[in-house]
Amino acid sequence: MSNVQDVFNHGKAFIPFVTAGDFGLDLTESLLFAIQENGADLIEIGIPFSDPTAEGPVIQDASERALKLGTTPSKIIEMVKHARTNGLTIPLAFMTYANPVFNFGIENFAKECVACDVCAVIIPEVPFEEKHEMSDIFESYGISMISLIAPTSHDRIKMIVSEATGFIYCVSSMGVTGMRNKITTNVGEMVNLVKQTKDIPCAIGFGVSTPEQAKEMAQYADGVIIGSAIVNIVAQHGKDSIPYVSDFVKAVKMAITD
Amino acid sequence: MSNPKSRFGIHGGQYVPETLMNAIIELESAYNKYKDDPQFNAELTDLLNNYANRPSLLYYAENMTKNLGGAKIYLKREDLNHTGSHKLNNVLGQALLAKKMGKTRLIAETGAGQHGVATATIAALFGMECEIFMGEEDTKRQALNVYRMKLLGAKVNSIKDGTRTLKDAVNSAMRDWASRVEDTHYLIGSTMGPYPFPTIVRDFQSVISKEIKQQMMEKEGRLPDVVMACVGGGSNAMGAFYNFIEDTSVRLIGCEAAGKGIDTDLTAATMSTGRVGIFHGMKSYFCQDENGQIAPVYSISAGLDYPGVGPEHSYLKDIGRAEYVAITDDEAVNAFEYLSRMEGIIPAIESSHAVAYAMKLAPTLDKDKIIVVNLSGRGDKDVAAIARYKGEDLYE
Repeated sequence: MSNVQDVFNHGKAFIPFVTAGDFGLDLTESLLFAIQENGADLIEIGIPFSDPTAEGPVIQDASERALKLGTTPSKIIEMVKHARTNGLTIPLAFMTYANPVFNFGIENFAKECVACDVCAVIIPEVPFEEKHEMSDIFESYGISMISLIAPTSHDRIKMIVSEATGFIYCVSSMGVTGMRNKITTNVGEMVNLVKQTKDIPCAIGFGVSTPEQAKEMAQYADGVIIGSAIVNIVAQHGKDSIPYVSDFVKAVKMAITD
Repeated sequence: MSNPKSRFGIHGGQYVPETLMNAIIELESAYNKYKDDPQFNAELTDLLNNYANRPSLLYYAENMTKNLGGAKIYLKREDLNHTGSHKLNNVLGQALLAKKMGKTRLIAETGAGQHGVATATIAALFGMECEIFMGEEDTKRQALNVYRMKLLGAKVNSIKDGTRTLKDAVNSAMRDWASRVEDTHYLIGSTMGPYPFPTIVRDFQSVISKEIKQQMMEKEGRLPDVVMACVGGGSNAMGAFYNFIEDTSVRLIGCEAAGKGIDTDLTAATMSTGRVGIFHGMKSYFCQDENGQIAPVYSISAGLDYPGVGPEHSYLKDIGRAEYVAITDDEAVNAFEYLSRMEGIIPAIESSHAVAYAMKLAPTLDKDKIIVVNLSGRGDKDVAAIARYKGEDLYE
């Protein structure tokens, strides 16, 4: 079974996100292999939800496209199992909303995560106060439920980090996911506050969209998460997006490794 | 640990991104500070009485009572409030709270436009910036209210995502709030969303049942036998029910929108067709598919066209304290016309769902029984849409 800690053992970690089922699950499966080959350290697989309230337009549109093609949590799980038996070894996380997991059954979902070797789940609309309903079950199956901290978290950081496992997802910008020209939050300070509480890896996401930004963010943290920029490449090139995503992943990994 | 106050049985909670947690905690502490503050309450009461036209009348619908030949029917006239619906009760309370918290900008979702109009009205009164989120589909069927909001100085965002109705308007308002929590208060219009919203909205709307109780004692010297109200998110119903929850002799009936029928896909009857889920910050009943995707619901009434219901209603259903019935478009339109002709009162198409059930129930009850129907809003906004529903070529 893969381990979240391993993600941060090869220098600064690059964590790309893909919306599962966007232009079909076959494309998603090919993307997972391409991303693995080009040096990413963990892949967040987005399980699309009908009403993605934490997403900007890029991932909203991708979710809608994927759902229109009939993508379901069960089909995504089958795709990942298939990829695993065909040589996909990179650590994986599922990123989704509370209702698809709750509806699937939290325990059933945890069992399927184990079956397809998914080591972490990220559910941004389940904050610290509500997490135990899900995290107690996930943790009992050895799956990390990743904690997020935001620019508004301030004095909540200590409480959140003290119970966190895996890594801390540092939300670098207010609002929703999406590409931003500039990140104004003092992310270095956020990471420092985390490390004062516990020695746990920190990955920065929300708004990071270019290799240059990734390089800058990597100075402050242990890893960088990029979602919308990759989903945007897929939106532009559809079924032909694999070489473009591969180049992007390679460029980001190189930028943060220098 | 989940805040115990946030729960109504298994329902409720605070399912919001970390970005918003401090904002809702700040709101909760501000509310706890001001809710029993004499000065805050004096200001609010003054606004309710001298600006919003409270207390609203409890009107004995004599023609309707005689025509139906059963229980005595009273209408709680929330339609007579300034801006034409119960929505103002909550807007005044929350806007005053937002002002005390130093917020300068109000945002709100709206379905039928009643909550948007109420919010835009108070933003004008208080000199606050105001932005309303409304599904594109609703901006079409409630065009007059869109203009009304603009007239009051609000910016109206027409939302083109998803089903382009109330649910999508809430999604957009939540996204906006997450990007601007510092100066903005999200003035949620119903007893829904993450705690403390369901509690705050219920408390500000509970003035309805407080008045009904008092007025009923004056007029009849006793409690009513039935209190009924339409339910979308559930704010006018929670307001009408709240002070009667302890009075177990009073039947509480919520009337939800069946649309074309609860056995069709074109329905918004959450209680009849939904399952427990987590969405829009709360655990509650939701219309959803087998994969947990939120269902595209339908009702003729934009204000009831919502796939969820407030968590306290879900709790009242679970413990059997309130009953929930589904009313079709046809039944609601029939009630809309019936009340107009029978009493000279044009009800909102939302409220017409409650009137429709009163028309069914009253004849089955003895003449010494008393039904109170919460007439949550007036129907001027619906006239053109109902004319079109009846096949007339009328546009605003």
